[in-house]
Amino acid sequence: MGDATQGTSTTSESSGLDSTGLDSTALDSSGLDSSGRIAAVAEVARRLLPDAGVITDRARLRTYECDGLAHYRVTPALVVIPQDAEQLAALVRACAEQAVPFVARGSGTGLSGGALPHAEGVLVVTSQMRAIREVRRDDQRAVVEPGVINLDVTKAATPVGYYYAPDPSSQQICSIGGNVAENSGGAHCLKYGFTTNHVLGADFVTPDGDTVSLGGAAPDSPGYDLLGAVVGSEGTLGIVTSATVRLVRLPEEVRTILVGFSSTDQAGAATSAIIAAGIVPAAIEMMDALAIEAAEAAVHCNYPDGAGAVLVIELDGAAIEVEQEYAEVRRLCDDHGAFEQRLATDPAERALIWKGRKSAFAAVGRISPDYIVQDGVIPRTALPEVLTAIAELSGSSGVRVANVFHAGDGNLHPLVLFDDEIDGAGEAAERVSGAILDLCIEHGGSITGEHGVGMDKSKYMPRMYTDEDLDTMQLVRCAFDPQNISNPGKVFPTPRLCGEVPGRHKGAHPLQEAGLAEVF
Amino acid sequence: MTTDTLDTAAREALSSACAQVDDPQEHDAVDGVRPGLVVRPSDTDQVAEVMRASAAHGLTVVPRGRGTKLSWGTAPTSADVLLDLSALDRVLDHAAGDLIVATQAGALLADVQRTVGEGGQRLALDETVPGSTIGGVLGANTSGPRRTATGTARDLLIGITMVRADGVVAKAGGRVVKNVAGYDIGKLLIGSGGTLAVITDATFRLHPLPADHRWVAVPVDSPARALEVAQSVVHSQVVPAAVEVDWAGGSGSVSVLVEGRADGVAGRAAAVRALLGPDATESTAEPADGAAYPWDVTATGDGRSTALKLTCVLSGLAAVLAAADDTGVTVRGSAGSGVLYAALAPDTPLDEVRTALDRLRRACSDHGGTAVVVDSPVAVKAAVDVWGPIPALDLMRRVKDQFDPDHRLSPGRFVGGI
Ligand SMILES: Cc1cc2nc3c(=O)[nH]c(=O)nc-3n(C[C@H](O)[C@H](O)[C@H](O)COP(=O)(O)OP(=O)(O)OC[C@H]3O[C@@H](n4cnc5c(N)ncnc54)[C@H](O)[C@@H]3O)c2cc1C
Ligand SMILES: Cc1cc2nc3c(=O)[nH]c(=O)nc-3n(C[C@H](O)[C@H](O)[C@H](O)COP(=O)(O)OP(=O)(O)OC[C@H]3O[C@@H](n4cnc5c(N)ncnc54)[C@H](O)[C@@H]3O)c2cc1C
Repeated sequence: MGDATQGTSTTSESSGLDSTGLDSTALDSSGLDSSGRIAAVAEVARRLLPDAGVITDRARLRTYECDGLAHYRVTPALVVIPQDAEQLAALVRACAEQAVPFVARGSGTGLSGGALPHAEGVLVVTSQMRAIREVRRDDQRAVVEPGVINLDVTKAATPVGYYYAPDPSSQQICSIGGNVAENSGGAHCLKYGFTTNHVLGADFVTPDGDTVSLGGAAPDSPGYDLLGAVVGSEGTLGIVTSATVRLVRLPEEVRTILVGFSSTDQAGAATSAIIAAGIVPAAIEMMDALAIEAAEAAVHCNYPDGAGAVLVIELDGAAIEVEQEYAEVRRLCDDHGAFEQRLATDPAERALIWKGRKSAFAAVGRISPDYIVQDGVIPRTALPEVLTAIAELSGSSGVRVANVFHAGDGNLHPLVLFDDEIDGAGEAAERVSGAILDLCIEHGGSITGEHGVGMDKSKYMPRMYTDEDLDTMQLVRCAFDPQNISNPGKVFPTPRLCGEVPGRHKGAHPLQEAGLAEVF
Repeated sequence: MTTDTLDTAAREALSSACAQVDDPQEHDAVDGVRPGLVVRPSDTDQVAEVMRASAAHGLTVVPRGRGTKLSWGTAPTSADVLLDLSALDRVLDHAAGDLIVATQAGALLADVQRTVGEGGQRLALDETVPGSTIGGVLGANTSGPRRTATGTARDLLIGITMVRADGVVAKAGGRVVKNVAGYDIGKLLIGSGGTLAVITDATFRLHPLPADHRWVAVPVDSPARALEVAQSVVHSQVVPAAVEVDWAGGSGSVSVLVEGRADGVAGRAAAVRALLGPDATESTAEPADGAAYPWDVTATGDGRSTALKLTCVLSGLAAVLAAADDTGVTVRGSAGSGVLYAALAPDTPLDEVRTALDRLRRACSDHGGTAVVVDSPVAVKAAVDVWGPIPALDLMRRVKDQFDPDHRLSPGRFVGGI
């Protein structure tokens, strides 16, 4: 599987991003210019790593020029692929000594440009650090290296009856290090929480190149919860070289239901009723008519005919409890106008129900040549209002929007459809996409629920936070990374940034075409 | 110890920052340190004014909820201003449909529970010390039995408003459960003991109140048996809400809580009984003393027990209980999450305390955990290493230096003299 974005062929105008924060012409105290400093780091890398672990060749460097948000491209000055934490720390130390920016990269599936390289910086790739060091059933813990693929943790734990709960739909390919950096979620985080709730300890290389251990296998390490700040910091505070994660007992019973409604309002009301009844399903996902149409076209998932919305609801836990919850959920859906309910009883049927949902993003490529994947959050009760507002936006602008989302926790993934061949269509789509984020903020929500801020959304941060809020976050940055060399230019808006165009995808994402991942 | 009477200018500045400013009473002392003034602001703006005035006059500040755990940690080196948050006591907004509650930091946890309980929900934090405020629970990062299923403050806090040492008001997070925009400053403040910033309000995710619950308990007569019972439950599929152990003098009990829907709970309790064997008993009543710490939380001064927080990985339970037997401490806590509390009687001689702490600390660290003295008579705090080794201390100091460069917030109360 290697590198997620290898072979990406998306055509896009050159983004004009040649620097993500540092002045390329600045001289450091050693008197070297940027290329001299990079050469110094490369020399250290060659001493430490096998040949294959040091990439300086322009053509090969370009394989790493973007992450899952292929619109932004920057060729790094140097790519290094350390094999262990010690090498990684030594490389970071070399960067620190030369004041060279570095960017960590896991599998490169990020959707906000978080792993976008720095033109005068080093890309530190964790793909050679993929050992699952320990699976400790008795302690409900696993210890893994940062490059380990998310799904492999679950695969390693399943034989002893456990799994790793955070399940981004890129889980067949994304890395634990990337998950930690993005605080990734998945369909099941409604009940089980996000990466931050499942990572208890980490070995961590600070931007000085020091190795520290944060948190631990046991809970509540004394002192500040630095790990809590590192999770979700998008690689801007340093690099995780090992993670101690919580393993969760496999549930006794799982029930997955596909429910057809004639409108999103009904489906939304049913969702509210389920929550109000004191039920916390493992997942509640919604798709609207346009998203269903796309999914049907792509994977023939045979969703209920004529549905204006479907819910995919999953219940899990102790069998006796799930049975009763199931009866109540069925009743509540009926009460709110469900015209069809299908229960999957075995893994195969369950996979069939999820297929339509999981292929929704990719499927949109069938009904539109281009689209923007948005990721915003609203309080769940604002759903009807916000969906209506999105429909109005769509109507008045003529830009079609398909809605697919985690209904349980209000995490919207509107897909804004356009045809880049048509003059001004891209700009119109971007306006609609930005207006949707404004709607989220107006309703007390967030500009990102799981894909991160990265390069893509830093300009929206001031809409959500005051200068004081952002300044306070920067205090943490300054504590960890006073030189501002760890993934600079991400998360926080800086005047140097240009080309901030929301993410565009041409047809299906290359990962999906390769059958490697399905977009959630 | 007394902080010198504040000079007139400082006093005037504080008085104009905040309507309620009083001279300290005996009970306002923070672990023996008498503050210069007690100020009781009524909203975030006043807290900010107080913090700005304190900054301008170089005054040290110790935030207080209601003071239940104010003696936790080490005594502050100075407390010019005792910042009493008890007037910020409103539960601001219970959005039942969104399963969230927003509350001021000085609100009592019990009041928050009452408000959200009326809507059939709860903030899944056990009240370990009666009368705790939200700010105090966050500052001290307390947790009880139910952490096994629902986690701790760090798993529930979704948004926070703070006032920094320089008086700047800032927010982090928000009102939605899912949000990855920016750093999670809330987590840094949890357990920071009032040393980084003053929390003025907080927003939490809620859980539905379970319709029913059942405790199933079984006596255990050896550390190995306690571990065996705890392991059988955590690896089962009954989804326990809590697995508690109570231990003194070589024997004790393990109690398992199941919570949920009425009919489901009965069946799950039966499943737990089957795991625990013929001696198991079932009840709706909490085990004696429930979520309470195994020490008298109302004791003060030298009447305090030496109170310890012990952590270990789940498989370390037997080793920690064995160490408890060797050292004569009583233990109560969460076998389901590896967080135990232990107490040594107030009059335990210093060298015995030291020996016990060493022994317990070794057992904990052999099993991935730590042993911290959360409270004790002043003489004990002075004589032992309260915190034990702290990895990443340098990074913690750097965080402190950024948030509070003059070290005026609760100075000396935290790890490494922070
Ligand atoms: C098809 C598809 C579906 C997706 N579905 C979901 C989903 O359901 N939920 C979800 O949350 N996300 C989803 N994503 C987004 C993405 O997969 C996640 O953000 C993932 O966690 C990124 O992991 P990665 O290994 O690819 O990281 P990368 O893209 O390589 O890097 C992401 C960020 O992490 C940093 N980083 C990487 N490794 C480290 C490290 N060791 N230490 C510190 N920082 C590091 C990078 O600098 C960068 O800022 C999806 C993406 C795709 C392409
Ligand atoms: C003299 C006295 C008399 C009492 N009498 C009674 C009584 O009659 N009945 C009764 O039920 N209880 C009584 N109590 C106990 C008291 O009412 C409660 O136990 C108390 O409300 C709980 O304090 P706390 O948990 O809020 O946290 P605290 O102990 O105040 O604080 C814990 C930690 O958190 C920090 N902190 C607190 N708030 C914040 C914040 N907002 N931001 C940042 N850090 C913060 C503190 O600095 C400290 O480090 C009394 C207490 C005292 C001191």
